[in-house]
Amino acid sequence: MRKLTQEQVLLQGNEACVKGALMAGCRFFAGYPITPATEVMEIMAQELPKAGGVFIQMEDEIASLGAVIGASLAGAKSMTATSGPGFSLMQEHIGFACMAEVPCVIVDVMRAGPSTGLPTQPSQADVMQARWGTHGDHPIIALAPASVYEFLELTIQAFNLSERYRTPVIILVDEVIAHLREGIILPALGDIEIEERPQPKVPPEWYLPYGDPGSGVPPMPPFGEGYRYHVTGLYHDVRGYPTTRIDEVEPLIRRLFSKISKDFERLQWFDSFHTDDATITVISYGCVARAAFQAVKEAREQGLKVGFVKLKILWPFMRRTITKILANSQKVLVPEMNIGQISREVKRVNKGECEVATLNKVDGTPITPPEILKMLEEMQP
Amino acid sequence: MKETAELVHIYLRSSKKFPHIWCAGCGIGIFMNALLRVIDRIGYSKDDVVLVSGIGCSGRLPVYVDFNTLHTTHGRALTFATGIKLAKPHLKVITVMGDGDAIAIGGNHLIHAARRNVEIASFVINNYVYGMTGGQYSPTTPHGVKTTSSPYGNPEHDFDICRVVEAAGAAFVARSTVYHTRLLDRLISKALKKKGFALVEVVSQCPTYSGRWLDLDSPVEMMKWQKENSITMEKARRISKDELTGKIVIGVLADREVQTYHERYQQVSEKLKV
Repeated sequence: MRKLTQEQVLLQGNEACVKGALMAGCRFFAGYPITPATEVMEIMAQELPKAGGVFIQMEDEIASLGAVIGASLAGAKSMTATSGPGFSLMQEHIGFACMAEVPCVIVDVMRAGPSTGLPTQPSQADVMQARWGTHGDHPIIALAPASVYEFLELTIQAFNLSERYRTPVIILVDEVIAHLREGIILPALGDIEIEERPQPKVPPEWYLPYGDPGSGVPPMPPFGEGYRYHVTGLYHDVRGYPTTRIDEVEPLIRRLFSKISKDFERLQWFDSFHTDDATITVISYGCVARAAFQAVKEAREQGLKVGFVKLKILWPFMRRTITKILANSQKVLVPEMNIGQISREVKRVNKGECEVATLNKVDGTPITPPEILKMLEEMQP
Repeated sequence: MKETAELVHIYLRSSKKFPHIWCAGCGIGIFMNALLRVIDRIGYSKDDVVLVSGIGCSGRLPVYVDFNTLHTTHGRALTFATGIKLAKPHLKVITVMGDGDAIAIGGNHLIHAARRNVEIASFVINNYVYGMTGGQYSPTTPHGVKTTSSPYGNPEHDFDICRVVEAAGAAFVARSTVYHTRLLDRLISKALKKKGFALVEVVSQCPTYSGRWLDLDSPVEMMKWQKENSITMEKARRISKDELTGKIVIGVLADREVQTYHERYQQVSEKLKV
């Protein structure tokens, strides 16, 4: 076994998540125990009081996200962590955070569902719930780490995106990555870019809490600093007051979408390997990307022209990236630990020039490299 | 004491187009008036006050007043309030909820907020009905009463908000009606100043629905009913349980010193820093 150097630390995925959150400036955590996400809460309970932050265990997941949103309105970078059943309960407040534009980070350690499901075998079946779980049209950002280091890195990025766009950001991680232990090199604090929510540059009497300053993201001062404004889950005007006026309702929902969609170009986060000359490309994310990477390496050793793509952002769906891959390959394979959720999106953006194959495993065990390799061999022209 | 007109100019949002959404004769305005009067008398800075509500007629109260205001989801006001108070303990965090809001859909949050003892002054305006949705029975609607969702009479039994919250460990529990405005002012003041979780149940009238269900023909009739059916805590202690049936016990029901969540958390936090 490789010996760890001084800069290296052996961390579990959930531990790395907490490290990333604290580096990003998270100072409030509210949660409710649930396997396989509980370690995030337990470590937060230990670390936040030392860091001058606040930890609280709430009575359920609805309350947890409520407290997180409250703390965020008071100016604290805030997060919670849960798994499927808790994630279902949080949907109500994910919608509130979208509508009221309150930054917050929600970690969903995916376990096999529906309902109590298979506690606590891994799964990737909450992808569509992350997108459409709360009612009504709304934009959402969801990230998918595939290693312990990426869990740390994407937790930092989740806070950055959340603050930049004033929107809830979901980290869709699977049980494998959450409980995996790997030696990683911690980034130096000076090397990471930390973003803060935009602040008003005007005095309170001129401040419009839901006006569009041009970026689509209104500045957000914390409660208690002189900017007394109203926050609601109702459709609201630029001052935050409830409205049903058609010239105010539609512009609001359109702005909520456009503040993120205008930046689609910046939100194409993926890794790729051997895609230049590939006739078959594997599109994967989370723990399955690890098996896919191994399978592609072995296939290449056999002389098969296959490529590998790992998605780090699941929502908004990276249409630009995926359509390029589809245009350059004859076939793509989407292995997933669900009945077919990202593959459905891949098929949606496919313009017919590419054959989309799926490999779906839903028995609670991870997809293995031989399973993907076998499929790649069968798919050869 | 300042004139009402003066309070209006200081505390109501001039940028918000009135009229408000409440029906003529509704008790929520009486409560709002009392709350503003007491806040003014205590002298809190408007910047330091956070007013949080849930969903329902009472949920609309914050939008009219010039504080940091938050209109949350149905039943969850206390969870948001908990996050705000813990993240910024110097703020005066107040919640306003209705009976369905606080004790049906929000019942779990209410008992745990009381148990946890985060310093929040909470007010439950109890009008015995779901008003905004059209007069369905709530957990405080008396047994047997006909409503839009109990056309053959309410099959359920009502429960006592104050006793539940007292049993859950709240530091301060009290009840008034909107008829008893001077008592209401005193209780609001005590709740706002309390170190710990404080709850005041404010018995109010819904002339549009519960008045109809309870055979009380007008807001005036409903307030007379509040006057005639109320009994002070002191008197209630001296009479039998049977005599208390159907009475509204008003006054301070519990007032005790309990360490708040934040005080305890800060002690731990200080120790860990050393």
